[in-house]
Amino acid sequence: MSRPLVRLLGQGVRWASSLRGGGSAFPGLVMEKLHPAFVAEELAKLPHGVVVISGTNGKTTTTKMAVQLLRSQGLRVFTNRTGSNFVRGVAASLLAEMNAFGRLDADVAVLELDEAHAVHFVKQVKPRYALLLNVMRDQLDRFGEIDTTRRMLSQVAKATTGTVVLNREDPRIASLADDVAADATVEWFGLSDALRPMFPSDDDMRDVLRQTENVELDSAQPSVARPAADVVLNAVKANSVDLDVHGQEHTATIDLYGVYNQYNAAAALALALQVLGDSADVASLVDELSRVTPAFGRGETVTVEGKPLQLLLVKNPAGFRLSLASASADDYATMIAINDAYADGRDVSWLWDVDFDSLRAGGVDIVSGVRAWDMALRLDYDLVEVGSVDTDLESALKQFIAGAGDRPMRIFCTYTAMLSLRKILGGMTHVDTI
Amino acid sequence: MNQEKVGSLDIVQLYPRDMNIYGDWGNTLTLKRRAERYGYEVRVHDYNPGDPWPDYADLFVGGGGQDSGQFRVAEDLARVAPKLHEAASAGTPMLVICGLYQLFGREFRTGGGETLRGIEMFDLETVGGPERLIGNIVTESPEFGTIIGYENHSGLTTLGPDQAAMATVVSGAGNNGEDGTEGARTHNVLGSYLHGSLLPKNPAVADFLLRTAVETRGDRFPEASLDDTYAEHARGVAQTRPR
Repeated sequence: MSRPLVRLLGQGVRWASSLRGGGSAFPGLVMEKLHPAFVAEELAKLPHGVVVISGTNGKTTTTKMAVQLLRSQGLRVFTNRTGSNFVRGVAASLLAEMNAFGRLDADVAVLELDEAHAVHFVKQVKPRYALLLNVMRDQLDRFGEIDTTRRMLSQVAKATTGTVVLNREDPRIASLADDVAADATVEWFGLSDALRPMFPSDDDMRDVLRQTENVELDSAQPSVARPAADVVLNAVKANSVDLDVHGQEHTATIDLYGVYNQYNAAAALALALQVLGDSADVASLVDELSRVTPAFGRGETVTVEGKPLQLLLVKNPAGFRLSLASASADDYATMIAINDAYADGRDVSWLWDVDFDSLRAGGVDIVSGVRAWDMALRLDYDLVEVGSVDTDLESALKQFIAGAGDRPMRIFCTYTAMLSLRKILGGMTHVDTI
Repeated sequence: MNQEKVGSLDIVQLYPRDMNIYGDWGNTLTLKRRAERYGYEVRVHDYNPGDPWPDYADLFVGGGGQDSGQFRVAEDLARVAPKLHEAASAGTPMLVICGLYQLFGREFRTGGGETLRGIEMFDLETVGGPERLIGNIVTESPEFGTIIGYENHSGLTTLGPDQAAMATVVSGAGNNGEDGTEGARTHNVLGSYLHGSLLPKNPAVADFLLRTAVETRGDRFPEASLDDTYAEHARGVAQTRPR
């Protein structure tokens, strides 16, 4: 089939499926079947090439920030913004962005790719830049082991032709520097020594969980001298952070929930500096960070019956730990909703790798989701009081809101629980993103 | 619940630094909390490669790990094997999960073609299989009743002719996906592939380990029973979940 015909057909399917409210990846699937090299051919034409952002935690928020930073400097950025981070999701986004002449009006593509799909993607499209964030235990029932995840990201590092930006503080990510192609370069983002204990790697996590003073690295990977980083997160304050950018201190206002988002901001900035090169205006990039808003379900706040309610996506121990560390428990009414569908990860063992001690003072108002009883059991063994258990998300949510009183509300929820809760909230009241 | 102190209990966690994957910390935590609720003062001791062997232990517990972690501990395990055999023969209970369970057997031939020597606590052999056996699993044991967990392993384990299994598979794969056995038991040493974590949703196994630990040293275990409402509901739900 001829190329323009394939594209027009794909665009037609996209239009038709948007009418029936269909999934965002469906038109891309049609394209992939008809013309498999479609994505690679289109992206190869972009003047600044393709940026791949991957890792187990924080991809969506980091991608959003990187896109915003690059756009603020005048670049036209194509991104897979629906969060449908598969090759066919990228193809679907491409179709949405192309004009009637089949041209993509963009200077650079910034793509969020799940580590397993990133491997598939880089076989078809060589990225010019890669930003690799972390390797935390995530959906292990899909990928097996975290060393397997590291090997997947190694394929991305190897395929990158320009610059690979790596997290200096994650031992598995840092080791990818050895895998980068000879003619490509490695740049780093990192944490000050003072902040490192706030972000234990998975290897350190057991010691932190058990609250030993001595945070040691994996016994095979002793702490070694770390390379110099382009961007270092120096200090975290209430609504701002201190960043060291090429040795210059900057203060950025960041209104995102959680210290992990502030570290993601450092990662996005390090990437933007590489893509922009000498034309980067550091001061205005730092300023732009204050205008970043949360990505879907990543700490977004909605207003329900005049009260703020925050939805916090939790999908692995590291993310859950950092979410818990980001607010004092007794200020909030707290609900936790745990599902175990494929997209959540079928295995709920990971809940036992999260330390819930910080919830002990305020307790948890209600737990819900398919695995609500597992969650209640987990909390009980951390001596956290559970108000009630209701596996039905809708009745649990209503009970939670009714019982919250004047307290701001927050719900820690797994992916499919979040989708359901958002839908229920939408039906209960007008859901506003603040 | 008996809050009066009825003595102390020393739990040794084997190789927490290298073998602590898939929430196996939940096993140690469950033992600790339940023992506390029975009235014991609990001390948890970490044992990592190269550490001095603990002076005293009522109970040993150890978890799964990456293959890379297994290589690290295999050598150290060989060094302390006589101590573990001595404790096991004396009746000291142990629970080893997944990676450490494999190393308690005779040998483990990895998917990469390397062979790790085990400490022969169990008469069993493990070979790296072509694919991971992943999913919810339910087993049945005459002593512990229905055991519920989640398995995630590529090793295929075959028990020797006289080696007792820990349980029989009801749904899931178990030791090898073929013969219907899951785990192994010798003296009071239990080996299993089940995560979940295993002990929180299986209080009967947890209490067996605690009771045996106390009785092995000649003390009587308290009569009290704990409130396991959450665990019972969680067990009920887990049994209805797809693989």
